[in-house]
Parts: sequence; structure tokens; C-alpha cells
Amino acid sequence: MNAPSPTTPPLLEVSHLRKCFGPREVLSDVSFQVPAGTILSVLGRSGTGKSVLLKCIVGLLQADSGEVSYKGESLRNASQMATLRRSASYVFQHNALFDSATVFENVLLPLQARGTGSRQEWDAQVREVLGRLELEEAAERYPSELSGGMQKRLAVARALVSKPELVFFDEPTAGLDPLRRNAVFEMISKLQRESHFTAVLVTHDVQEALVVSSRILWLDAGRVRFDGLASEFGASNDPEIRGFRDNIEALKEALRTPVSIGS
Amino acid sequence: MAVARLGRFTSEKVSATGRWALFCAQALLRVRSGGEFGTRLVRSVFEIGVRCVPVIAIVSAFSGLVLGLQGHYVLARFGASGMLGTLVSLSLCRELGPVLAALMIAGQAGTALAAELGIQRSTEQIDAIELMDISPEGFLAGARLLASLLVFPSLTSLFVLIGVTGGWLSGCILMPQDSNAYWSAVHVALKSRDISECLLKALVFGLLTTSLCAYQGFNAHRSGEAGARAVGVATVRAIVLSSIAILAADYLITAALL
Repeated sequence: MNAPSPTTPPLLEVSHLRKCFGPREVLSDVSFQVPAGTILSVLGRSGTGKSVLLKCIVGLLQADSGEVSYKGESLRNASQMATLRRSASYVFQHNALFDSATVFENVLLPLQARGTGSRQEWDAQVREVLGRLELEEAAERYPSELSGGMQKRLAVARALVSKPELVFFDEPTAGLDPLRRNAVFEMISKLQRESHFTAVLVTHDVQEALVVSSRILWLDAGRVRFDGLASEFGASNDPEIRGFRDNIEALKEALRTPVSIGS
Repeated sequence: MAVARLGRFTSEKVSATGRWALFCAQALLRVRSGGEFGTRLVRSVFEIGVRCVPVIAIVSAFSGLVLGLQGHYVLARFGASGMLGTLVSLSLCRELGPVLAALMIAGQAGTALAAELGIQRSTEQIDAIELMDISPEGFLAGARLLASLLVFPSLTSLFVLIGVTGGWLSGCILMPQDSNAYWSAVHVALKSRDISECLLKALVFGLLTTSLCAYQGFNAHRSGEAGARAVGVATVRAIVLSSIAILAADYLITAALL
């Protein structure tokens, strides 16, 4: 984990973002910065607009107002958004793998899209990333033939093959068991140290997020309630944040306590 | 109240037509987006064309057989049995061939296309393509639109060829018509203008069918339903709209060229 220097210019900057679905305001005046080389975890309860925030940043959803800047350039039109998309990747909550394509073809597509390099170079890059994520033996299989953990690794492989500067992870551990969850967080942390990408990570897993992230953004009902270093978040006295942390600890304690049938 | 609803309905339909036109333009202008254009084109020709050959062969054979049979009895009443070749070939070339072939391809390849794109929409695969800075319209629909320009005229020609042969089978083999008179009538009746009209219709029907089916699947999330039901709605809309578009375009082209 790289600690951000106070002088590091932000790679991504979100200013006063607002998004409504009908009368319901999902994001309200959300502003934050993501320094280069850091992992920012976006935390909060379900339905607080975390995934909507990511989709507004990458342009899958149109924000009602506010501004997103990448490397200091505002992303106002399609060509500016293309700049972000060419140097960023997105790992979807449910992976969004191409189910009619093999594992190899899934990972190859981002390289074909960029169009730089030869087919031999692409093949070598795909094999390299599949090897790093222990998927080389599954290269000719289809996503439906893989386990949940392997599908997640494939989604990460597809995101990293083009060597992005910025990676968005939308709940990368959703639907995984605790062992696989830990493995995914370890993988993200290890890959970030190796590839030095900047990451924005939406998750519910507070403890794991505190371990892998440099910065934490806490959303509460579409508003930023906390934006700071992970160490500051762990020590926060905000009753909402403390309550959430305590609830998780209480749940973990309850799960550790043996339950006798009929008691 | 009723006027307001009519206005809203009209506005929605005009807006949807505009989106469809934009979709077609983006699909054709950015057809190379995402690379591997040649592979995608060949695959599309296979999916829309080769896979539809059996159904085209069966439907055209029975269409020709029925036309030959009906034609024999109807023409015999007026003492014009020798015109059977003219009736079968002109009916098939100018009307039945392009329309029935297009309806069959829409039923098989069009619905498959709408369902495939609908599932890709509901599982966020189209969003994933968009975030790779690939034009999803060009990548998913462009090659298919171009393939339809090759496939529809080819399959329509096959339809007419098999249909005319079917008419000969029922009229001249199963019924007591003269084979030489039949083929001679076919040869005399079919002018290059008829064949041009047939191919023009096939091209227009191909573009309409493929673009409408692709558009419906691509926009399955706008259907007012979600998930699997949205895919179902998109598929039904694809075949219904394609069928209406084929028949409406058939009338307009026929009226314009007569």
C-alpha cells in the first residue's frame, strides 16, 4: 500500500457530483480526489450510491450535475471520456465476462480494442497475465465452466492485461465465501504493488478494505461522510462509522460463538 | 387528455426512430471498432446465412410445390395451363421469394440476434465493451448489418431457384404439364427488371430486419422489463417489428417500382 504524499496531484477528481433517479437523490454533492498510485475504498451501507458513483465516473450513467476530471482534464464529452477509458479498466460486480468467448479471448479483447502491437505481442501479454492469475490452464475454457473465484480472477485479468493506470473495482468480493474474499483482496493488493495502478474499490468489507486501502471514502445516503486516510477512518469517532464498525465486530463475534440446536 | 397522450406516443415513436437511425449509423461507421472485423463478418455470414439454408430450402420447396399445384388448377380453368411457368416464376421472384425468405431469416437469425444482444445487455457485457473504448454498436451490430447485405440476396435467390423447381415438380411431374413449356415460360417471363426488384427488396429487408433485431436486443433494458423478461420482450418486439417492416417496405418498393 502506497501512502499518498500531500503534494501528489490527484489522478482522478470528482467535484459536486449529483445523481437522481426520478425524485430519489442517490448522490448528493459528492466530491473527492484519488491521488496517483493509491487504493481508495468507497464504503457505506447498501443503497448509498457506491456503484452509481463508479458508473457516473466512467460515464455509464449520466450525472445530473458535477464534474469528473482525469489528470486535470474535465471529462465533459465523448472524446474526453475516451481518454479515461483508454487508460482505465473496470471490474464489474458480476464480472460481465463474455460468455460466448473463451478465457483467452476474454482477456485478448482489451488489447485488440487498443490496436497497438502485433498479434504475437498480444498473445504473449495474455499468457503472462493468465499465468500471474493462475488461469493459464483454463485458457481454452468458457467462463461458465469456471468456479466463482476463477471467474473473478478472469475479470481481474481482463482488467489488468492492458496495463491500466486506473482500475475501478465494483464490489469485487460480492457473492464470494470468506476465504475467496480474502484471496481477492490479497490479489488486488499484490497486483497493485507490482503494477502500481491507482484503484477505486467499492466494497462492503470494511476490515479488508482498511488493510488494502490508502484512503477511505464513506458514503452515507449519497453524501460523503468521511474522506481521509485509512488509519484515520479506523480511529474515527463518527457515531455512524463507529456503529458500523461495532456492528461488524458484533456479527463476527456472534458467528464465532457455537450455537446448540434447541437452545 | 387524449390529445396529450397521442402527442406523447408520437413523440416517443419519433424519438425511438431517431435512436434506431443513430444506432444504424454508428454500427456502420464504427464497424471496425474492436478489431477482428474479417472474423466477425465471416461469423455473421455463417450465423445469418449458412444456418438459415435448411429452413429456406424447406419453405421454398413447399411454396413452389403449392404454387405449381394451385397454378395448374386455376390456369386450367381459363385454358392457360401453359402460363404456369410465368405464374410461378414471377410470383416467386417479385413477391413471395423476397418476403418469405426475409420472414424466415428474421424468425431464425433475427430472434437469435435479439436474444443474444439482450442477454449481453442484461449481464453488463455491452457496458464492459463500451468501457474498453470499443463502439458496442459497431462491434456487435456492424458486421452483422454488412453480412445481411450479402446473405439476404443470396438466400432470396436460393429461395426463388428452389421454389421454381418445386413448381415444376408439382406442375410437370405430379401433374400433366409439359416440362419444356414450363421452363420456356420461366425463361421468357423473367426479365432483368424482375430480378433487380427481387434483389433490391432482399437488400432492404436485410438491412431492416438485422438492424431492428439488433436494436431491440441492444436496448432490451429500455423495454420496461428487467432481466430474462426484458430479453423475452425484446425478442418478441424484434420479430413483430421486423415482420411489419418487411411487409410495409414490400408495399412501398412495389408501389414505387410498378
